[in-house]
Amino acid sequence: MTSIAGKIEWEEFENLLVDITDQYGYDFSQYSKASLQRRILSFYLKGRFTSYKDFKNRLFSDANFFMYFVEEVTVNVTEMFRDPHFYKVLREKILPILSTYPFIRIWHAGCSTGEEVYSMAIMLKEANILHKSLLYATDLNPTVVESAKSGIFKVSSMQQYSENYINSGGQKDFSTYYRANYNLAKFDEELTSRMVFSTHNLVSDSSFNEFQLILCRNVLIYFEKKLQSRVLELFDKSLDNLGFLALGSKESIKFSSIASLYVPFDAKEKIWRKMK
Amino acid sequence: MAQDEMIELVIIGGSSGSLDALLKILPKLRADFTIPIVIVMHRNISSDSMLEEVLASRTILKVVEAEEKETVTSGYIYIAPPDYHLLIEKDHTISLDYSEKVNYSRPSIDVSFESAADVYREKLACIILSGANADGTKGIVYAKSVGSKIIIQDTKEAIVPFMPEHAIAHTSSDNVLSIAGIISFLNAL
Repeated sequence: MTSIAGKIEWEEFENLLVDITDQYGYDFSQYSKASLQRRILSFYLKGRFTSYKDFKNRLFSDANFFMYFVEEVTVNVTEMFRDPHFYKVLREKILPILSTYPFIRIWHAGCSTGEEVYSMAIMLKEANILHKSLLYATDLNPTVVESAKSGIFKVSSMQQYSENYINSGGQKDFSTYYRANYNLAKFDEELTSRMVFSTHNLVSDSSFNEFQLILCRNVLIYFEKKLQSRVLELFDKSLDNLGFLALGSKESIKFSSIASLYVPFDAKEKIWRKMK
Repeated sequence: MAQDEMIELVIIGGSSGSLDALLKILPKLRADFTIPIVIVMHRNISSDSMLEEVLASRTILKVVEAEEKETVTSGYIYIAPPDYHLLIEKDHTISLDYSEKVNYSRPSIDVSFESAADVYREKLACIILSGANADGTKGIVYAKSVGSKIIIQDTKEAIVPFMPEHAIAHTSSDNVLSIAGIISFLNAL
């Protein structure tokens, strides 16, 4: 008998994913299993269900509960100016190139609660090109997209974000970008006004625009190889010639079908440029 | 040692003080040691990258920072990259995960041990070394429950004994080995 951490049988787990696709259209079958299983198991244990059957009944009879499940089992950990050196490269090497364009479109794919989108908008503003930029921010999860749209973050994170901002080459007082009210920080509406939020599922949805820069950091690690290829092809279709693709620090286009069309722009920070 | 002949993966977890133990263990592994080794060490993000080089200088095995989707292969020592959890898939490939810290740690030893134990079961050997937090205990308890071989560094030799002490308190002391004992155990696999 094999099971996940002694709690859910492998077969039950696989059936669960099939049932979810059938009823709700969310297809997790090509997600990396070890991580997904761990999160589903932890969701199941935290919920203190009387039985696995009880958990399944709830999941398939209550759509709101299912959306909560999606939010919890997908990873939404993010921060502003995460990996400051990555932002430094964007700021110093990529924004000067983008600034020569009459109009700039950027896609944050898998934006989660939006911290990276706001980081980007701050840098665009400092480069005086925010007014001619549009930032498209998408995630499969409607709840996190709504949260991103609100521009509201925890004040308790601001000290860390401010440090990251300074390490990324930011020279202003970071607190000028938000108004703090009790334990919440609301970011400038000028930033939000250049953002377009939408749900988009990288597993099943198609290309919807052409961009000069696509950022998708720490999303592909949760996908199996075949799905990674599909998503990279989707990005390729959505990227202008000479556009930039930025992935997470442990992700790569190496060995993918689009690899030959791209040259490394900054190999360490996992940024490629399309050269067709 | 019949059951130990079947070990297909060795996974080692440690925190403060564990580098010292690794630097004593790795050079003493026999030259033809072919079982893949995964090392999950708590490390400082800002002062990373040197770890591979330091370990590589002490062993003839190939030391690499684990890449996602990489198949665990004989003759390699894989180091969990800083700030990611490392998990093992059923097909013996490595998955990386940037989810919440576990026991204030990412990578978390519990996460890696549980995931490796789910896949390898009695073909897994888990080793807990020196460290200052409780990470690893839950993982080693689970690994033991599915038949994995578990080993805990002798607290008398651990620079920071908290982590092995905590693991012993939740398992039993008959799995405790000195550095020399760990070396002999590995070389007998």
